[in-house]
Amino acid sequence: MITPRAGSVVFQHVRKQFGAFTAIHDLSLTIEPGQLVTLLGPSGCGKTTTLRMLAGLEHPTSGQILIGGKDVTMLPANERDVSMVFQSYALFPHMSSLDNVAYGLESAGMKRKEARERAEEGLKLVGLAGMGARLPAELSGGQQQRVAVARALVLEPQVLLLDEPLSNLDARLRRQVRTEIRELQQRLGFTAVYVTHDQDEALAVSDRIVIMKDGAIAQEGSPRDLYEAPASAFIADFMGEANVVACDVLSVDGADATIRVGALEHRVPSRNARPGPAKLAVRPNAITLEPASSAAFPGRITHAAYLGDHVEYEVETGTGRLFVVDPAVERALPPATDVAVGFKGRGIALING
Amino acid sequence: MDTGKDNRNRRLDITLGLGIFAFLLIPWYRIEGGFLSFGWLPGFPGEASVAPGLLQILLHGRWWLVIAALMLAVAGVARITKDPRRRGALLVLSGAIGVLFLTLQGLAIGYSGWAWTISDRLFAALPDGQPSMGAGAMLSALVFVLLFSFGLAERGAMKGDAFVVASIALLIFLVAIFVFYPVGSMLIGAFQDFDGSLNPAGFTRNIQDPAIWSLGCVLGGDRCGVAWRTLWLAIMTAGGSTIMGLAFALVATRTRFPFKKGLRLLTVLPIITPPFVIGLALTLLFGRAGVVTEALSSLFGIEPGRWLYGMTGIWIAQVLSFTPISFLVLIGVVEGVSPSMEEASQTLRADRWRTFWRVSLPLMKPGIANAFLIGFIESMADFGNPLVLGGSHGVLSTEIFFAVVGSQNDPSRAAVLAIILLCFTLTAFLAQRYWLSGKNFATVTGKGDSGAHIALPRPLSIGVHVLVVPWMLFTVVIYGMILFGGFVKTWGLDNSLTLDHYARAFSVEMRDGVLSWTGVAWNSFWTTMEIALISAPLTAAVGLLTAYIIVRQKFVGRNVFEFALMMSFAIPGTVIGISYIMAFNLPPLEMTGTALILIACFVFRNMPVGVRGGIAAMSQLDKSLDEASLTLRATSLRTVRKVILPLLRPAITAALVYSFVRAITSISAVIFLVSAEYNMATSYIVGLVENGEYGVAIAYSSMLIVVMIVIIASFQLLVGERRLRRENRVAGLTTAPSPLLAQEKAA
Ligand SMILES: Nc1ncnc2c1ncn2[C@@H]1O[C@H](COP(=O)(O)OP(=O)(O)O)[C@@H](O)[C@H]1O
Ligand SMILES: [Mg+2]
Repeated sequence: MITPRAGSVVFQHVRKQFGAFTAIHDLSLTIEPGQLVTLLGPSGCGKTTTLRMLAGLEHPTSGQILIGGKDVTMLPANERDVSMVFQSYALFPHMSSLDNVAYGLESAGMKRKEARERAEEGLKLVGLAGMGARLPAELSGGQQQRVAVARALVLEPQVLLLDEPLSNLDARLRRQVRTEIRELQQRLGFTAVYVTHDQDEALAVSDRIVIMKDGAIAQEGSPRDLYEAPASAFIADFMGEANVVACDVLSVDGADATIRVGALEHRVPSRNARPGPAKLAVRPNAITLEPASSAAFPGRITHAAYLGDHVEYEVETGTGRLFVVDPAVERALPPATDVAVGFKGRGIALING
Repeated sequence: MDTGKDNRNRRLDITLGLGIFAFLLIPWYRIEGGFLSFGWLPGFPGEASVAPGLLQILLHGRWWLVIAALMLAVAGVARITKDPRRRGALLVLSGAIGVLFLTLQGLAIGYSGWAWTISDRLFAALPDGQPSMGAGAMLSALVFVLLFSFGLAERGAMKGDAFVVASIALLIFLVAIFVFYPVGSMLIGAFQDFDGSLNPAGFTRNIQDPAIWSLGCVLGGDRCGVAWRTLWLAIMTAGGSTIMGLAFALVATRTRFPFKKGLRLLTVLPIITPPFVIGLALTLLFGRAGVVTEALSSLFGIEPGRWLYGMTGIWIAQVLSFTPISFLVLIGVVEGVSPSMEEASQTLRADRWRTFWRVSLPLMKPGIANAFLIGFIESMADFGNPLVLGGSHGVLSTEIFFAVVGSQNDPSRAAVLAIILLCFTLTAFLAQRYWLSGKNFATVTGKGDSGAHIALPRPLSIGVHVLVVPWMLFTVVIYGMILFGGFVKTWGLDNSLTLDHYARAFSVEMRDGVLSWTGVAWNSFWTTMEIALISAPLTAAVGLLTAYIIVRQKFVGRNVFEFALMMSFAIPGTVIGISYIMAFNLPPLEMTGTALILIACFVFRNMPVGVRGGIAAMSQLDKSLDEASLTLRATSLRTVRKVILPLLRPAITAALVYSFVRAITSISAVIFLVSAEYNMATSYIVGLVENGEYGVAIAYSSMLIVVMIVIIASFQLLVGERRLRRENRVAGLTTAPSPLLAQEKAA
């Protein structure tokens, strides 16, 4: 039976420089055993670098990395108890899938026969029983990806690292494979660090999400926290689109605050806001539009696009242009309609940054 | 489980064990009869000449070696040190001091005491000196290099990868010994007398010698100095072979020439042809007793002249020899010009002529310049043709040779000439490197570039055919001469056919039931095969390891490292030869007259080819394959063995074949290094030519060519390609030896 021993991961003030360029600034992060944590962020923000430092493929310029409570900062990649699924899969093209999966076991000193038996088990785990004899080139993209996962898992690592594991699959397959990965992780209970730049993917698979920007952590939390309570306009926009609207906080009582946009007043979770000017992140589907010639918060539709199951609007208002998604396709409003803009109860959050 | 720690301790234990072994159990100094003959066993360990390091210190007054022993002890202390950083630091320290000390004492203490006067003054005079380093000393040096590397790795260098650190350190160590030390010795040798004492007189006399620098031919005197003659010849050869190469390339890609396959075949020729063979064949045609000369004289009464023996003859031979190389470089360039650009030009109302001059040719310019510089360097370095054809009109490379072997016997002169030659070739190399870098407009995109190359303008097409067809025929005749010449009794005098030459060279007899190799060529033939067989795998291994490090590892000074390696390729063989005998004739390293010096020479001369091929092949291997292997618990060594090498098989074969063949055909460095015991085929043939035994020389040469064709062909057959059916990433690796040569010359 393949039973990875879930280990924790700790980054302590890790910095990584490439020459004069600082890719990671002072990163501190703790990952609990058995969790699947996603590193999410735009391209070039340092996700891969972080993952590679964990794997031992890059060494930090300063700071410490602990895996399962042990300081591994100076250890080379082959002496760390982690394994990695590469973006390109990096299957060895001259070895059969079985040999690919057995490779790590043999490297670690296991006898060939035993290694192959376990490799067979690993292939079964990812649903490729009986495909061991095939060369990677004789497998489909999805199958190659599974071989790569099996190859990493049979080593029973404390932490499994996945760098954009779905990026080479077509859209349809992506959803299926990500579900499989998540199921496998929950069934075997291993710790996983998962890198992606796709927020849907991150929301779908993660226990926790770490959003990175310019080599630093921008916010960290559960998918729900990040979606509903983004700490900044950047995060609000990155986690699904958001309109950032200037507002005034009129009063705060306990968990709630009253805000005003235009002449429209609304109650939202206060999130430690203080009275005064503030910013509001509003999801496109949290806005209501009603045809009206005058309103507390008036707007005018400048653009409308019918997309089958919803209509997208652009609305010009006193505080700027809003992007609105309205599921009510049966009453699509034409451009140049004057509307009253309103807010729904959810999908609106005060932000600090 | 802490496999890492066990690993570190194990390799350290092995290395320390090796160090102790080297110090206690094998002779420290060089054994006269050769270490492997084991003639030293009876006297071991007591006698001074064969004693191991420890006894040298205790019994034979070599007290200074105690420092090496001490450093070994420091490493032993490191082994039991717990704190990893201190342990690493101790290892680095002991290794570094150990290597430096061994080097210094080797250079400073010669046969009869201090080699430097300054140390005589600083320290007390030594009663007794020391011989050259032997197995014990060399093994100890290796151990110190390893200790140093392990220490660095434990302190986190190269991501803690001991294999990589050790490889880099060893390569630098070896290149320093076998490339920089000899060249350095030669530079110093220019200022030395025979006995090694400093004397700039020789240098000043030679560097001002009118025989080198005279501009007589321009200023109305009789002859120009050898430096100018060589330069002029190199420019003419480079020009000639570039024009011919371009013509061949244009014919091959832009005309409907019927024998294109045959053209490609041409590219294999320079690899398998010993460098002086063309000159030899020319002699058979145009020499005083040559076929053509005789015919002209009997038909038209034209007096047989000696025009071939001089610059003209060398020039023809060199253009013949180097045109295939230039063709190889230029065909890539000519093919690289994207057809769509030519088509674009035509849609812009340009006719073929204008398209060729204004679009195609300018795009090829950097490639043409490259081919020119390669021709230049090759001509400068060529030794075989000038030796056979030069007569008294020598060039630098042959003058160097005669300065040491002839009656002159003036090492300082040889060194000065070598320095001048080196300056010329290095200048060309630097020009190639800097002036042309980043100027490659060739537009091979990897995407299927639709469209075909446009045909050449008609006059140009006729022009290139006029050049190519006769030249091809000429080449065919030349090679025909080589194969045929061995069967003719005496050229010019008695043209009847005979097998005598082959019999003299390659006869075998059964004597008393044992096969005995009675032919005169066998001795050098087997030596050549043996040395080529030993050096080929070493060359490939060192070359590919270097390529792996250059492509896959980032370290401080990597660019300098790569540059220095590639530069060593621009060092003419003659210069290498002269510098090897200057460096390895005296302590601390004495190797002249052994097989070892020949092997070292081949390995470090041919290595850059392996490096180029390896770099080209390895850059096509996705780096994530190595990284995946590392994260799968494999060490770098295992990664190289299990992942990289299997995927590089074609490149390995190419490097093997190439270095094997080069070891057989090269002459320029070899001729300085051969000895009675280890004579090589090429130098033996040159000896035959000097004795006027053309028949046997030609027979032997054709035999070599045939042997090489067989070897190359069987290699190609043996190493079938393994089907991976994965995109071009791997399929693109298949490099035959000839494209490898092209890469090496082109880069
Ligand atoms: N080996 C390297 N040398 C220099 N710069 C690098 C190297 N690896 C990554 N970088 C830089 O570090 C930054 C972060 O890269 P990476 O971690 O790959 O980003 P991503 O979040 O897209 O995975 C990028 O700006 C990249 O250019
Ligand atoms: Mg990335």
